[in-house]
Amino acid sequence: MPEPLLAVEKLDAFYGDFQALFGISLRVDRGEVAAVIGANGAGKSTLLKSIVGWLPAQAEAVRFKGQAIGGMAAHRVVAAGIALVPEGRRLFASLSVEENLLIGGQVKRPGPWNLARVYSLFPVLAEKRLSPATSLSGGQQQMVAIGRALMSNPELLLCDELSLGLAPIIVKEIYAQMAMITAEGLAVIIVEQDIGQALKMASHICCLAVGGVALEGPATQMTREAISAAYFGA
Amino acid sequence: MEWVNTLLQGLLVGGLYAMFAAGLSLIFGVMKLVNIAHGDLTVLAAYVAYSIISATGMNPLVSIIFVVPIMAGIGYVLQRALLNRTLGADILPPLLVTFGLSVIIQNGLLATYSADSHRLMAGSLETASLNLGGGVYAGALPLLQFGLAVMVIWGLHWLFYHTALGRAFRAVSDDQEVARLMGLNNKHIYGLAMALSLAIVALSGVLLAIRGNFDPSIGPSRLIFGFEAVIIGGLSSLWGTLAGGIILGLVQAIGAQIDPGYQVLAGHLAFLLVLAIRPQGLFAK
Repeated sequence: MPEPLLAVEKLDAFYGDFQALFGISLRVDRGEVAAVIGANGAGKSTLLKSIVGWLPAQAEAVRFKGQAIGGMAAHRVVAAGIALVPEGRRLFASLSVEENLLIGGQVKRPGPWNLARVYSLFPVLAEKRLSPATSLSGGQQQMVAIGRALMSNPELLLCDELSLGLAPIIVKEIYAQMAMITAEGLAVIIVEQDIGQALKMASHICCLAVGGVALEGPATQMTREAISAAYFGA
Repeated sequence: MEWVNTLLQGLLVGGLYAMFAAGLSLIFGVMKLVNIAHGDLTVLAAYVAYSIISATGMNPLVSIIFVVPIMAGIGYVLQRALLNRTLGADILPPLLVTFGLSVIIQNGLLATYSADSHRLMAGSLETASLNLGGGVYAGALPLLQFGLAVMVIWGLHWLFYHTALGRAFRAVSDDQEVARLMGLNNKHIYGLAMALSLAIVALSGVLLAIRGNFDPSIGPSRLIFGFEAVIIGGLSSLWGTLAGGIILGLVQAIGAQIDPGYQVLAGHLAFLLVLAIRPQGLFAK
C-alpha cells in the first residue's frame, strides 16, 4: 500500500481534562476528496483542529507525506502544505478582501494559486477587492475564506462547515466551485453537517459519533441507511 | 505675542507626547498589552544614551543611531522571553508583570546611576531658534522634535497599511489563532511589535532627555501623559494619537501660562473632560 498523503492514526484529543476524540484513524490519498460527517459534537471540528496544530496531539498520531506532524506549531503546518477554511470563516476584519487573500499567500509555497487565479474563480471578489472583508455577504465571505486558504498552495485543504449559515442556493454555488478546485487533484477533507453536499463530492466517507469513527469507507459502497444509522448512533 | 509663543511651545511639545504615546498604542493595538513600564523604558533609553555619550562624547542626537537598535533588541528579547508568557484571555497578568518591570527598571537605574538628575546636552542646537516674524520664535530643537514625531507617526501609519509586516500586525490583532494558520508565528510578530515600540521609545526618550532633566523615578509620570494622549485621541487611531498629544501639550502650555502650578493639572483636566464627554476618544473610528 503506498504512503497516503495524510494518515491519522489512533488520534486522541483533549480540551483540558475533557477527551473529545478517542483513537480516530483516517487516511486521505493524494487527489482524494474525503468527507467527515457526523452530528453536532461528534468531534469533526476537533479532528481538523488536531491536524492543523490548534490542539496538542501526539506526533505519530498525524502523519503528512510520511512526516509526523501531530502537535506541530500551526504556522509550520501550513508551511508543510495543509490549509484550513475555518468554521464561521473568521476573516480578518481590519483587512480588505485582497489583504485577506495576500496574507493567505504569505507562506510563499510554490504552486498554481495566486491572486489572479482566485479572482478568476470568484470574479465577485475582484470587484470587491478593496472592501473590508467583513462587509461582504456571507457567501462572498466564504469565497474569501476559501481563496485565502488556496493562496498558500496547499496539498491538502480542510474545509470546516462551508454551508454554515448560508442560504441553500449559495451553498450549491460554493460547492460547484469546490468541484472546480478538486478537479485539479487537490486533496480535500470536507467536514459537514449537511451530508447531502458532502456525499455528492466525496469519494471517501468517514462518519464520526461521540469522538470515535462510527463508519468509514469508499462512498460508492455506502448506503443511505448505513450512514443514517452511524450518524444517529442507532 | 506671548500667547502665540506659548501655544506654539505647547504644540511642539505635544508632538513629543504623541510620539511616546504611539509606541504605547502600537503595543495595545497589536497584542492588547498595556505596558505599565513604557515610561520607565524611555528613561532607560535616556540612560543608555547617557552611558554612550559619557564614554564617547558624541552628540546626543547622534547617539540615537545606537540607542534605537539597542532598545529595539531589548524589546524583542523582552517580548519573547517574558511578555509572551503573560498574554492570554486575561488582561491582568501583563499588567502585573509590566508593573513589576517598571519597579525593577527604576530600582536598577537607581542602583546603577544614583538618584542624581541628568540632562543630555545637544550643544548650540539647544539655543538656536527660528524667527517666524512678529515676535514669534520657534526653537530649532522643538521644531526638529516635532518634525520627527510627525514622521514617526506617518511612518507607522504607512507600515501598518502598506507593508506585509503591517498586514501581519493587523491580522494577529484581529485573530491570532487564524493568523497562525497563515504561517504567522504570533510570538515572533509580537516580538517585532515590541521591538518597534521600543525603537520609538528610544527616540522619544533621548529627545525628552535633551529637552529636560531626567532621573530614575520620572517614568510613571511620563506614562500618564502617554495614556492621556492615547485616550484623548482615541484608541486604534495613530493620527488621533498625534492629535491627542498636541491637545495635551497645548492645554498644558495654556495652564502653565495662567499659573506654572497648573501645567500638569490642566492636562489631567482636559483628559477627564474628554473621558466624560467622549470616552471613545475625539478621533476614534
